[in-house]
Amino acid sequence: MTEFSIETQELKRCVLVILHGRIDSSKAPQVEAALKELIAADHYRIVIDMSGVEFVSSAFLRVLISTSKSVRRFNRGDVYLAAMPQRIRDVFDLAGLVPLFKTFDTQVEAVGSW
Amino acid sequence: MTADELVVSSDLDALPQVIGFVRQASMQAGLPESAIFACELATDEACTNIIDHAYAGRDDGVIRVACWSDADEFVVQLHDQGAAFDPAAVREPPLTEDLAGRPLGGLGLHFMRSLMDEVRFDFDPVTGNTLTMVKRF
Repeated sequence: MTEFSIETQELKRCVLVILHGRIDSSKAPQVEAALKELIAADHYRIVIDMSGVEFVSSAFLRVLISTSKSVRRFNRGDVYLAAMPQRIRDVFDLAGLVPLFKTFDTQVEAVGSW
Repeated sequence: MTADELVVSSDLDALPQVIGFVRQASMQAGLPESAIFACELATDEACTNIIDHAYAGRDDGVIRVACWSDADEFVVQLHDQGAAFDPAAVREPPLTEDLAGRPLGGLGLHFMRSLMDEVRFDFDPVTGNTLTMVKRF
């Protein structure tokens, strides 16, 4: 099992957030805090690399919904999801969230689309 | 049929331990990986509901977790002594609304019911809430 971690990188046109490990409901608040910090620093174009994520719960989905609502305000940005493992996509599907997020097969495609 | 048991406090920090316990028990019962994942996720949602609603965020409550398996089913049972939980009072979350129309809550119970084959809530005024979730395999 991979250790849970959040890594953020400021790129030219967006911010890349790389998540690793299991994001259960005890870890979702840490992701929320990291994303809120980005928004507070006026970063509204966000790419989240999900390739290393092994588990998510509805608490993480709530964080994503609220972050997306916030960055989409005034058309100032969006949250793009990259390289989602199938099992994680299934959880998004269970919540009916797949059509509501722009998803990309790779981190490079997601970053390049900004 | 002997049950494995774990007792933790109603603290989100105990969640990885609870999920790990259920994962271990479901692996030992021989569930396929997709069913193990379903049990882990349903357990996360159930514990979070207990902490947030039954114990209203207090971390000094007790959650008792028991797992056992029969020939073709695996059972996760969670017990708490918090406020009574009435599943009928929880509205089904809207799953087809656009993002602006999505409320932030309500997904937990939907997940539990979708992921498990049987989800049963029992309340006893003396002993508290018992949630029984069954996964058939």
